[in-house]
Formats: sequence, C-alpha cells, structure tokens
Amino acid sequence: MSRLSDHNVVLAKEIIARYPKQKSALIPLVHLSQEQNGYVTEDAMRHIAELVNVTPAEVLGTASFYEMFKFEPVGKYVVNVCTTLSCALLGAGELMHHAEEKLGVKAGGTTADGLITLEPAECQAACTEAPCLQVNYRHKYRVTPADFDAMIDDLRAGKLDGEIPPHGTLGTQRQHIPDDKGVGAVHPDDVTDGPAWIPAPAPEESN
Amino acid sequence: MSDTTPPSNSPSPSHAPNAVTHSYIPGFYIGDRPKVVTSRFEYEDSYTLERSLATDGYEGLKKCLAMSPQEMHDEVRNSTVLGRGGAGFPAGVKWGFTPQGVWPRYLVVNGDESEPGTYKDRLLMERDPHQLIEGCLIACYAAGLSQCFLYVRGEMALAQERIATALNDAYAAGYIGKNILGTDFSVDIVLHWGAGAYVVGEETALIESLEGERGMPRLKPPFFPAAVGLYGKPTIVNNVETLANLPFVALNGSAAYTAIGTPTSPGTRMVAVSGHVKRPGVYEIINGSTTFRDIIYGDEFSQGIRDDNDLKAFVPGGGSAPWFVEDQLDIPFEGKQAGAAGSMLGSGAIMVMDSTTDIPHAAYTLTKFYAHESCGKCTPCREGGTWLMRMLERVVAGHGTDADLDQMREVGQTICPGEMPHASSERLGLEAVPFPYKMTTICFVGPSAWAPLHSALTLFPEEFDAIVTKVPKRVSIPVTALSGADA
Repeated sequence: MSRLSDHNVVLAKEIIARYPKQKSALIPLVHLSQEQNGYVTEDAMRHIAELVNVTPAEVLGTASFYEMFKFEPVGKYVVNVCTTLSCALLGAGELMHHAEEKLGVKAGGTTADGLITLEPAECQAACTEAPCLQVNYRHKYRVTPADFDAMIDDLRAGKLDGEIPPHGTLGTQRQHIPDDKGVGAVHPDDVTDGPAWIPAPAPEESN
Repeated sequence: MSDTTPPSNSPSPSHAPNAVTHSYIPGFYIGDRPKVVTSRFEYEDSYTLERSLATDGYEGLKKCLAMSPQEMHDEVRNSTVLGRGGAGFPAGVKWGFTPQGVWPRYLVVNGDESEPGTYKDRLLMERDPHQLIEGCLIACYAAGLSQCFLYVRGEMALAQERIATALNDAYAAGYIGKNILGTDFSVDIVLHWGAGAYVVGEETALIESLEGERGMPRLKPPFFPAAVGLYGKPTIVNNVETLANLPFVALNGSAAYTAIGTPTSPGTRMVAVSGHVKRPGVYEIINGSTTFRDIIYGDEFSQGIRDDNDLKAFVPGGGSAPWFVEDQLDIPFEGKQAGAAGSMLGSGAIMVMDSTTDIPHAAYTLTKFYAHESCGKCTPCREGGTWLMRMLERVVAGHGTDADLDQMREVGQTICPGEMPHASSERLGLEAVPFPYKMTTICFVGPSAWAPLHSALTLFPEEFDAIVTKVPKRVSIPVTALSGADA
C-alpha cells in the first residue's frame, strides 16, 4: 500500500542523483514517503532501502533518530506548541493547557476524528513572537487561547487548506536542477584533480 | 492571529510592539544603522531574484569572479568575518585549514538553526535566499569547493520553499551550475532537508546527517571537517549568517567591512531579543561595540523591560550560554569580553527575564530542551542531562529536597569537571569565572543542559532554597563496618 508511487520514484531518483553517495538521499526520501502517506510506513522504508542500496534496518535506524518522522498515523494537522524558554516566559504553558482542553486530548494525542495531533515542541525559531506554534511546520505567532480556538475551528472547516498542506508535505516548492545546467554529482573516489577554476600547478599559498 | 501583524489581544499589553516598520517580517526591526546582511529586508519581495538583481544581487559574485580564488580568499581573511554559528572562528582562517592537493572539497551550509532564542538564519533564508546563495558561490570559488549542500532545518517550511524557488531561479539565470557567468567556475548547490534534531547543528553531526546517518557528532580532534569531513573529504561547514556576509565583502572590499564594528569583531551581527522586553525583535547591530544595555533598553532596540519591571537575568547568547544579570549590562556584545565575564555570545540570542520570573522553572525549560535533544552518544550527556531534568522537575513541582540540589551539582561536575563559568554578582559578592568550561562530552549539548541550571543555582540560590525541603544529610555507613557486624 505504501511503497513510493511511480511519480515519487521519479522524484526520488532525481534527488538521489544530486548526491555523490546515494545514502545521502535517505532523509529527503523518508520525507517524500511521509508526504505521500502522512507517516513513515514499513513498506516505504523497504522501498527506500532498495532505492539507496542499504538495508531496511539502516533506513529505520536513521529515520527513527529524527523528530519529524512519525511511524504511526498522525492527524492531518500536527500542531506543535513551543515550550522552550522565550515562549514559556510568555504563556506557552497556559497555551498548551488550553490546547489540551480545547482538543480533548493530552499532549502527544490525536483527536478522535483523526484530524489533529497535539505535540509539545522545542524552540521553533520565532522567539520574539511568543508564544508560538506550528501547524505542519507553518508558524503561527503570538497565539492567544482565542486565536487557538479560531485556528482549530478554521482547520476543521477546511478554511486553511490552501495555506497549510497535509502533514508530511515539507515544501510546496521543490528544487529542480535542469539537466543542461547542473554540474552533476561525482562519487568522491572518482575525483582526483582540483576544480577547473583553481590554478592546478601552483597550489595555494600555505596558510 | 495572523502571520503579519500582532493581535490586539496579545497576552501582555506591553508585549505588543509599537512602530512596526515592516509588518511583513514579524519581529524584525530595521534601523538607521549600517546594514550588511539585511539591506534588502525593507522590500516586501526581498526574496525574489528580480529584487535581488535590482539591488546589487550577484554583483559581489561578478567582482569575485574577476579576482583569482586566492585574492578572494585573502579578502575574506582580511575582513575577519567571524563565524556566526556559535564558536566565532574567522571564516577565512577556517577555509585555509583544508589540506593542499586533496580533492574534492565540499561546502556544507549549516542552516539547522535550533538554539533556543535564536532566530536570525531563518529570517536570512526566508527574506534573502539569493544573498545566501551568492555567499555560498563566493566561498566555493575562493576555497575551491566543488559542491555545496545547503542543510536547512526541517521545521522551517517557508525557508525551504523560498530557497528552493531561489535556487531554481538562479539556475535558470545561470548563476549556479555549469560555467557560471561564462567562466570556468562550475558548482551545484543542493538543498537538503533536515528532519528535526538540535544536535545536527554541531558541524560533525551535520555531516553525519548529510551522509544519511543518525546525527551524532564525530570525535574530534584528531580530524576536523576541514581535513576529513563529508565522505571523508575536506569540508567547510559555515553558518548561514557567516555566508550571508560574503556578498558585501566581495562587492565593497574587506576595508569597507572592517570599517563597521571593532577590530576584534568587525561588521554587524544579527541579534534576536526575546522574553520580557517591550519590543522583542531581531536587530542587525554594529558588532563589538553595542552593549547589552543598549540592546535591551535602547530606543532603537528592545526599549526596556515590560511594564517597566526590574531585570532579573538574561541569557546573552542562546540557551546554551551561562546567564548574565544586571551587573553585566554594560558589557559590549563582543566575544572576548563576554567570555571574560563568564558567558559567550553563541548564536546571538538574548532572552530576558524580568523580576516576575520563576527562575527554577525558567532553568527547567532549558535543561529539558538539552536533555530532550541529547543524541545519546556520550554517557554524561545522555544520562546526566536526563537526571538533571528529572531532579529539576521534582524541585520545580515542590517535591525536591536540598539533597537534590547537591546531587544536581554532582551530576553537573560529571559533565563539566572543574570550575563552571558564571557571571559576577555584586548582590551575592561573587566573582566571575571566565568562559569556557571543561567537558567530558564530544559536543556542547551536555554542558548546555547544565549551564543554565548552574547559572540559576549560582546567581539565585535563594529561589531554590525557598522551594526545597531541608533534609538531614545522609551518613554513609562504611561497608566494612556492616560486614564486621555480620561476622
């Protein structure tokens, strides 16, 4: 059910080709699979292992280290409430408490309708706009309890569909290197000489 | 709630900023000071190629390509652009550490900004991705780096999107790729997605992550990334802000750069001020001379403490940094002086706590962060950080004893043996212990779990004493005595 789709395999191969060694594409490909399925499935990890030539265990080994990868189904929207110092100083604790009440779940839980997962999060680099949260990694700033309620109502009514893609979608824009423009990645063992613009015979001054 | 303007029903009335100069960049305030990295921020479309080209974008690259790589490298070395990721090491010197004649060499851009309180690389990536790309190209040209990987923190969706678009536009326009601007300079820049791990901000962990591994730091010395880095090849790891400085240096020359700031800290610096101030914000300040008092109380910066409360403490350089108090307000934002006073500038994040702050709880939010983010490689950090967090959790909840405080200090000593840096305090009659600390871990995550708690315990002992139960000291009974009794 959840191997990468044909469309995503094409994308995956393009991503793999950008790196001098295939395994470097592992994390981007796990993101791609999460974008497709909403979470990281075992089938997807097996498929990624085939694509980058490692064992499925290595894919799980790497992926399980990272916070953003979910190995169980989560809500269409993952709401991360920041709990680190700057937000804590300006009401993150109260906001989290309110969020739990509003959604009827404890931090870490998913609402009964499967729409929203609430999670405590560490610093989201929006410390001047405290307290802040992210919905599928899109920031919301200076969130009051009333703002939170309005946001949840909007999410449930589908009003934020254009602004916030479903969980797993990292960027709505992707990098694409055109064939005629790209230099292409070379395996490091296949490189012996310095790049063309560095004068070859006269090495740089000793530093 | 909105992404552009603060709501009128903000939790604290004094928290709402006055005079929002650029409402499309929440939390950023432009000033009449010299600008190196935020010169385009006044334009709402600052992230587009069109705006970049209309405002000297890629002109620095053109000047760079007219020079030899060695000349460009010398310009950067003479400008003394200091690394902005935390360590403050000069970029031009770092580039010089690559071994002669070993190829290929790589550039890895550290855009995994996650230090608590820090919020500058995200703005630089979201608001001016072309400036960053230009900086990457200049670094690659000067140091002979044949491929560039732009590692952006996974949680920064907007930055990812803006950079992806900028890269696509720059490729199409011939600024990246084969034979850039008709020269023999050819380099690919690859956007890489992080996936949520603070420790990956450490440069060797970043390289591990880029190789598709768990983001755990590598043991160094003996090998630093400049010698043995990505795929075992020489690799330069530079912070986003560091590279964003390079177009200015290439375009205007190192003399124009060093004319700003002080000899030891030239140029400008992005500083994020958050917490209990009237106008929390990100400011591009003159490096080296602007004092903490200017930044926290100055009209053009954060305008003082909310509700005109007294200052209790502030974090001067990101969550890892030992804390400062009122006594340190007149120290300039300069590495050596902050170090002598017992802390560091780190990633340029100031977090301000006013007189209403519950200090043990504030320390808990930071210690929890580092305990959570430990990668698990080094025991003192994996176990010690978690112990500290659990004991502190108990203390904050009101169930702690003074034995917990002693135990915390003992665990702290295991992570950072010897004297731990801290600020001076006239109130307590304390002398400063200068930075840095000794550490039993590979990277700074472990010490960072202890540093804020140590500062809190040292500078505000009465707040801990007030919430713990005094228990009689336990007396250890020697094992020999017990066995003697049995026999």
